[in-house]
Amino acid sequence: MTNDIFIFAEQRNDKLHPAALQIVTPAKALAEKTGGQVVACVIGDAIDNAATAIDKAGVERIITISDPSLAMYSALRYRTALTAAVQKVDPKVTLLPATFMGRDLSPRVAVRTKAALATDVIELQINDGGALDVVRPIYNGKATCHVTLPADRPAIASVRPNTFAAPSGAGGAQREALSFEPASGDERIDVKEIAKTGGDIKDVTEADIIVSGGRALKNEDNFKILFDLAKELDAAVGASRAACDAGYQPHTRQVGLTGKTVTPKLYFAFGISGAIQHMAGMRGSKVIVAVNTDPEAPMFRVADYGIVADLFKVVPLLTAEIKKLER
Amino acid sequence: MKILVVVKQVPDSTTVIRIGSDGKDIDRAGVKMVVNPFDEFAIEQAVRLRETRSDVESITALIVGPAQAAEALRTVLAVGANDAIHLEDQAFDQLDDLQTAALIAAVVKAGGYDLVLAGKQEIDLDSGQLGPALAELLDIPHVGVVTKLEFADDGKSLVANRRIEGADEVVQVSLPALITCEKGLGEMRYPSLPNLMKAKKKPVRKLTAADVPGFAEATAGVGGSTMHTLEPPPERPPGKILDGEPDEAVRELVRLLREEAKAI
Repeated sequence: MTNDIFIFAEQRNDKLHPAALQIVTPAKALAEKTGGQVVACVIGDAIDNAATAIDKAGVERIITISDPSLAMYSALRYRTALTAAVQKVDPKVTLLPATFMGRDLSPRVAVRTKAALATDVIELQINDGGALDVVRPIYNGKATCHVTLPADRPAIASVRPNTFAAPSGAGGAQREALSFEPASGDERIDVKEIAKTGGDIKDVTEADIIVSGGRALKNEDNFKILFDLAKELDAAVGASRAACDAGYQPHTRQVGLTGKTVTPKLYFAFGISGAIQHMAGMRGSKVIVAVNTDPEAPMFRVADYGIVADLFKVVPLLTAEIKKLER
Repeated sequence: MKILVVVKQVPDSTTVIRIGSDGKDIDRAGVKMVVNPFDEFAIEQAVRLRETRSDVESITALIVGPAQAAEALRTVLAVGANDAIHLEDQAFDQLDDLQTAALIAAVVKAGGYDLVLAGKQEIDLDSGQLGPALAELLDIPHVGVVTKLEFADDGKSLVANRRIEGADEVVQVSLPALITCEKGLGEMRYPSLPNLMKAKKKPVRKLTAADVPGFAEATAGVGGSTMHTLEPPPERPPGKILDGEPDEAVRELVRLLREEAKAI
C-alpha cells in the first residue's frame, strides 16, 4: 500500500461531474498528511476534456481508461476498470463523489480490492494511528457519526457533493493511459439509453440553487411562478412530498426522505411548512430561505433568511428583483 | 424462478433521534421499528412478479437482526413471501455493511436465487452499501436505484429504469441479478390481519454464526470499519426574519443573499 490518495473523476459525455472537482480538495489535505500524491482516474470513451478539467484542479498524476465499451456507465465494466486503476496505484485512500454513479460503484470496488468503505462522508482526516477517520450523516441528517476505517487495509470513501469547494491548480500532471481489459461476464449489463426526465429544467440533484414549493402552491399551474424564478437563477424546481402526492409535480422533483436528498448552495422553500421527512432531504443545504404565511412553520427554524408573507406576493417580486441584478 | 428479498428493520422515519448515553448508538427506548421503507418496494415488486408470471417458484425474505427483527419478517411474510431466513447472533451486530453483505452472500450463495431484490438504502444508517456489495460477492450484475422494472421480451433478462441526475438510465441486465429499489416502483400493499395470522405459520429458518460455514473467513476479508461517537447534527445559526412589506423584505433578501451569504 502506497501513501497516495486516489480519486475517481466521474464524467459523462466528456464533462466532469462538479462533485469530482470538489473531492480534490479533501484528497490534497489527506495527501499532505500521508506524504503521497493525488492520483485521479478518468474512465469513459474519448475523455480528453474531462482529463484536462481534472488536471486544472491540481492533481499530480492522471490515469485514463478510454474504451468505446465504457461510453456509458455500467456497474460491471466501470468496477473492472476502476479496480484495475486502483490496484495499479495501490493507494491508502480512494475517494469517489457520492453521486448516483459513485454510490453505485464504491461498494463493488471496495469488495474487489478488499478495502473498507464509508459512504456519503462530510469530513475526512488521517488520525494519529494512520487510519482514515470520517464523519457522515445518519438517520437522514438527524445525527452524525464518526467512522474509523482500519489502518491496515485500503480505505474507500464517497464524499457528499457540495461539501468541499473545488480547488484550482497549475495543471501539467503526469498522464498515463491504461487499456481496458474487460472481465468475463461484464457484458451482463447493457445500458440501452439515457432517457431525460423533467425537460429543459435542471434536476434537483445537479443544480446549485433549488426553488421548492409545497402544498400551499395549491395546483400545478401555480408552480409556473417557481419555474419563472428558477429560470432567472439557473435553478432546479423541487417540491415537497405533499405537493407531489397531490399531483402538482412529478415525484422526480420530490425532495425529502422518499424523494431526493439535496445539498445545494441555496435552497428556497416556498409554502413548505417543514415536515421532518422534507427536512431530511434538504437540511444539508448551505443557505436556506423560507417563505411562509405561518410564522410557526418549522422551516423557519432551519432557515438562514425568512419572510413571513404570502408566497404568491413574494415570488414575483423576487423574480423581478433578480432580473434587475447584473449577473 | 426463485426470488430473494433482503430486508432490514429500522426506526420509523418520524422517530425523534436521541443519542444514547454511550454515544455509540441512539437511545432505542420506545422507538417504533418498521420495515425499511425502500425494502417495502422490494417485497411488493417480488409479489407483483409472482402475480404476473407463472414461473416464480418462491419468494424468500432474509433479515439480519436481533430477535425483534422477527416482527419485520412477519410483515414481509404477510405481504407475500413464502418463507424467511433470520440471521441472529451478537457476532452479527459487530459487522459493518460490507461484512454483513459477506455474511449474507455466504448464506445465500448456494441458494440458486435468480433475482435478489433489496432497498436502495436503509433509512437508519443511510449507507446504501449492501445491495451493490452483495451483488459483487455473489458475482452477479446489479442495477441500483431502480424506479421501473420489467422482464425483457426474451424472458431471461430484465429491463430496469435507474435514476440518475436529471435522467433515467434504461438498463438491460441478464439473470441472475440484483436490483435495488427506489420510490416509483409500486407501494407495498397493506398486510391484512388474516395474512399476518397466516404469516405466523410460514417457515422461518433461524441461523447463528455457528450455522454459517466460512462465516469468519468471509467477513474477515472485507470492510472492518467501526462506527462510533454519534453527535447531533451541526446546529444552524439562528436565521433572520426579514420584516416589513413584501417588497422591502424581498429587496433586503436579495441584498443579503448577494452580500452576506454570497449565494447568488
